[in-house]
This record gives sequence, structure tokens and C-alpha cells, in this order.
Amino acid sequence: MATLDPGPDKVIGPGHDYGTVTDEIGGVVFRPFLKTPPQMFIGFACAFLLVNLLMVAVTWLFIRGVGIWGIVIPIAWGFAIVNFVWWIGIGHAGTLISAILLLLKQDWRTSINRFSEAMTLFAVACAGMFPILHLGRPWLAYWLLPYPNTMWLWPQPRSPLIWDVFAVSTYATVSFIFWFTGLIPDFATMRDKAGNPVAQKIFGMLAMGWRNSARHWARYQKAYLLLAGLSTPLVVSVHSVVSFDFAVAILPGWHTTIFPPYFVAGAIYSGFAMVLTLAIPVRRWYHLEDLITMRHIECMAKVMLGTGLIVAYGYGMEAFMAWYSGGQFERYAFVNRTWAGGYWWTYWVLILCNIIIPQLLWSRRVRMSVPAVFVIALVVNVGMWLERFVIVVTSLTRDFVPSSWGMYYPTVWDWSTYAGTIGVFLALMFLFVRGLPAISIFEMREVVHETEPTHAHGD
Amino acid sequence: MPMEIKVTGQLGSLHGIMAEFDDPESLLEAANQAHAEGYREMDAYAPMPVEGLAEAIGYRSNWVQRLVFAGGFIGATGGFMLCWWITVIAYPHNVAGRPLNSWPAYVPITFEMMVLIACITAVVGMLALNGLPQPYHPVFNVDEFARASRDKFFLCIEASDPKFDVNSTRHFLERLNPREVMDVAS
Repeated sequence: MATLDPGPDKVIGPGHDYGTVTDEIGGVVFRPFLKTPPQMFIGFACAFLLVNLLMVAVTWLFIRGVGIWGIVIPIAWGFAIVNFVWWIGIGHAGTLISAILLLLKQDWRTSINRFSEAMTLFAVACAGMFPILHLGRPWLAYWLLPYPNTMWLWPQPRSPLIWDVFAVSTYATVSFIFWFTGLIPDFATMRDKAGNPVAQKIFGMLAMGWRNSARHWARYQKAYLLLAGLSTPLVVSVHSVVSFDFAVAILPGWHTTIFPPYFVAGAIYSGFAMVLTLAIPVRRWYHLEDLITMRHIECMAKVMLGTGLIVAYGYGMEAFMAWYSGGQFERYAFVNRTWAGGYWWTYWVLILCNIIIPQLLWSRRVRMSVPAVFVIALVVNVGMWLERFVIVVTSLTRDFVPSSWGMYYPTVWDWSTYAGTIGVFLALMFLFVRGLPAISIFEMREVVHETEPTHAHGD
Repeated sequence: MPMEIKVTGQLGSLHGIMAEFDDPESLLEAANQAHAEGYREMDAYAPMPVEGLAEAIGYRSNWVQRLVFAGGFIGATGGFMLCWWITVIAYPHNVAGRPLNSWPAYVPITFEMMVLIACITAVVGMLALNGLPQPYHPVFNVDEFARASRDKFFLCIEASDPKFDVNSTRHFLERLNPREVMDVAS
């Protein structure tokens, strides 16, 4: 069927009823293998190459140890931690869209929530790899967990690093639960639609016998709402805890109380940029313009602009406090970051990417232009990665004593591991979009019911 | 209550009689009428949550939230006790003379454990209360029922209802203006 973008006022194209939204979203999954858009094959092939690069990089890492990376003392936290924070931040937009916007009853969340929950899940998977790879002996990663052992040793629950273990593992688990719970009724739809007996069996098992009973829906909605209510403070806590990894240390450039809110805003900023980066191509390749409309894109662009301004305030406060605190080391950290140090240019590229360029989004014309929004989203992704680089590396490179100063230069293995996780992330996204309903079908039926009650029962 | 049911078809017994509707409003209306008529053992099926439908067929329950509260409470207590036990009993460690029971530092883990256990309870509890996973249910014997997950709305009055009678229930459902009325083999 023809897909029409209904413009910035509507969350769904004209002429949809319960059946057509079901068929359109389900149709993406039931499309014959060879009818998959060629971009999907090319994209997956590129992503899969990067996955293989990761395999090589990680194998070499396990053989030789973290010395293959550019990390040195004092910069022991190189790309691994930069990428960890970047990925986990990207994940946060998914939870924000699915949980917070659900509680705020934002109608434009529906056709992008499933997609962004999957993004969260895969981003957290990528994030989770880094701290483990960064351990000198990654095969002992389970030492991070409190378990009875013959050495009678326990992790230190006063340390933010252990809080992080709990926060990130809880976040990964809850993200998975949230995503899977949302999928159960759609698995039932897929089971009932599947022509192929194997697909029917698989979706049938995943649906666990869901039969759309009103009693089931009542409990389901209650559970879903509670999950949203619990995930909302969770998402704030996770990035706050990540920021404590820095803020609790006494290092100038890290030791600031603004870090938790500024990290959370930055996380949402980068996450929305990533949702846009992914949703814009998929919407085009699968002709979903009538389900992911200009309204979705414009709203996301606005959230990006808003959170970007909070982040800008964070940068401003860091500069202000460096001056106002009168602390010698704090002041030097800022001077070093902006012009005296070896990484001064990363700071200015970061300001350009995160603060200056996104100001274009004030213009409605820019927000309504899909290519412009896509490019700005890419720029923000880069900017937010640079932000973490600036925080992690430039703070470590110059601490209190000049004799312990040093420089960090990423090696080819740093870059390969980073690029490899991008490959893992994209490959999983491609598989997800191909194999599972990427838009929540039952919630779209609710949207149909709410927006066009007169069209809802066309046969 | 003993009943004589004569069903045509291969299967011997009847799960209930099902009526199919086009939109949620008709289903809700039908459910309300069936409840007013005195039917209690029934279920309504819709491709999405319909406000008030569960209440219309007599659903009253707030077990999900109670379970989640209990889960959250257990998680929070467990998280706090874990931190306390490690730092005070199992591995006491004097850090700059601070008290061993440094409870403010336990807050993040306490919170994370509360959320974790509460979320797992929400989903596992919801599935358990719904009786899922359930490999077989008679409603799927109706071919048309596959559309309950697409665009059609169903009301099924079950044979276990004391007021159920093959003929009168069928006539009652037919009066509700459905698209179709079907027998559901068990």
C-alpha cells in the first residue's frame, strides 16, 4: 500500500484500521527473505564485518592483555571507559521513551518505543563488554559479584565501582524484561498471522499462550505501568551511578556535584540522537512513513534540543566553577582542557558538535527536514562520544603532580574494539528489525482506536 | 450442575459459546449486558487493552501491585542487608575510622536491588496470575479466533457458568448484534 506521511500533526497516517496497522508492521517480518530491502543486506554485511573485527581485537586482547591498547599510567581509563559511558548513555533514551513518555501519556512515543527499547538492550550489551574487557584478567569478572568464596573476600559496597556493577546489571535485566513484556502480545499476533509452521511454533512458544483475554490485559497493563514507574527512577539512577565513578574520585575535572544531572541529560541527548540515526533509515527502507511520521521526528528533535541545552549548561557550570571555586587544580584542569593541553581541540569539536550545530534545531524548517535532522543526530553522536573522551582522558592526563603527567594515544586495537561494538550493535538492530515486530502492534491499535474511532472498524 | 449438551462435531464437549464483534464499543456493551443477564464465567478477547472491559466481565483484582510491592520490599531489604553484612560482619574494613555500618553508601545498591526484584516480580507475577505459559486453550479451536490478535473482538460465555444453556445462551448472544456466534469445542 502507499505510505503517506501525514505531516507534523499526526502520529499515524490516514486510512489505518486495526487490521492494516497489524499487517503493515507484521508484514515487515513476514516479507520473503529475498524481498528484504537491499540496504538491509548491505548494512548487515558491513556490521558483520565489524563484528569479526571485534572478534579479532578481543582475541588478541585475551592473548596479550590490555597493553595492546594505548592505556598507560596515569591514563588507565582509555577508550574502554569512554565507550562504556557512551553506550550506556545511548541506551537511556530507549528507557526514557518507553517508560517516562508512557507515564506522561505522550502519544508520539508509541511507534518508536519498541525500536528504542531494542536499541537500549543492544547498547547496554555493548556497554557491558567494555568494563569486563578492561579488566586485566577478564576471566575473573565474576569477582565483581558478591558470592561466597573460599578466599572469604567480598566486594566493597561503599565503592561507586560496585554500585555500577549493580546498576548496570539491573539496568540490563530490566531493559530486557521491559522489552520482552512489550513483545508478548505481539508474539501472539505473529503466531496467529504466521503462514509458515516453523515461524508459528517459534512465535507461539514466545507468546506463551497469550490469548488477548480482557483479564490478562488488565493485569498486563498494571504490570507494564509498574515496570514503567520502576524504570523511570532506574534510568536516572544508572547514569548517576556511572557519573559517581568519576565524581566520587578527587581528580580535578571529575570531582564535581553537577555530574549526575549533567550525565543523565547527556545520556538522553545521545540516546535520542541514536534513535533518530536508526529510525530515519529504517522508516525509509520499509516505507513506514505513515507510522513513524514527521511528528515523531520533530518531537525527538525537540527533545534533543532541550537535553542539549541542559548539557550546555553543564559545560558552562564546569567552566564557571573552575573560576569561581578559586581552586588551583580545578582551574588548571579547565585551562588544560580548553587550550593548554594536548587534547584542546577535542574540547572545541565537542562544543561545536554538542552545542553550536544543534542550535539549528530551533528552526522549524530544519526540524522538518529529515536529512538535516539525520545529519545533526550523527553530529551529536560524535559530540557525545567526544564529551566522554574529554572527561575521561583530559582529566587523567594532567593530575596534581607534574611528574605523573602523561599522554594517551589510542592504538589500532582501541579503534578496532570500538568499531567492533558498533558492528555488534548495528548487526543486532538489523536482525531485530528483520525478525521481530519493530513497532508495537497492539499499542498502534490503541492509537488507531484513540485517534480515528470512525475509521477503526473498516473491514 | 449436570447438563445435557448436544454438540455436533467430532469433539464431545463444549468449552462455551463465542460471539464475534467488530469494534471495542460493541464488545464492551455486550459484556455489560451478559453480566447484567447474570453470566459470570465468561471472558472477553480484544486485540488491545479496552478500558473497562475487564471490569465489565467481573474482574476485580489488585494482586499484581501487591506482589510488586512485596518484591520491591524484599529486594530493598535484601540489598541493604547484603551491604551491611559484607561491611560489618563478613569483611569488616576500617576506612579512615568511619563506622563499619556506613549506611548512606548502601543506598544505591539497596535501590537497584529493589527495582530489580520488583520488576522481575511484576512480570513473573503477571504471567503466573494469568496462568501463562499455557500450551493449550480451547478458544483457539475456533478458526476465526486468530483475528482476536488482529482486528476482531470476542465474548465467550463458558459452559461452566451455572446459567449456561446451549440454546438460551446462544439466543442471548445472537440478540447482542454480533457478526457471528460460534461454538467453542473444549
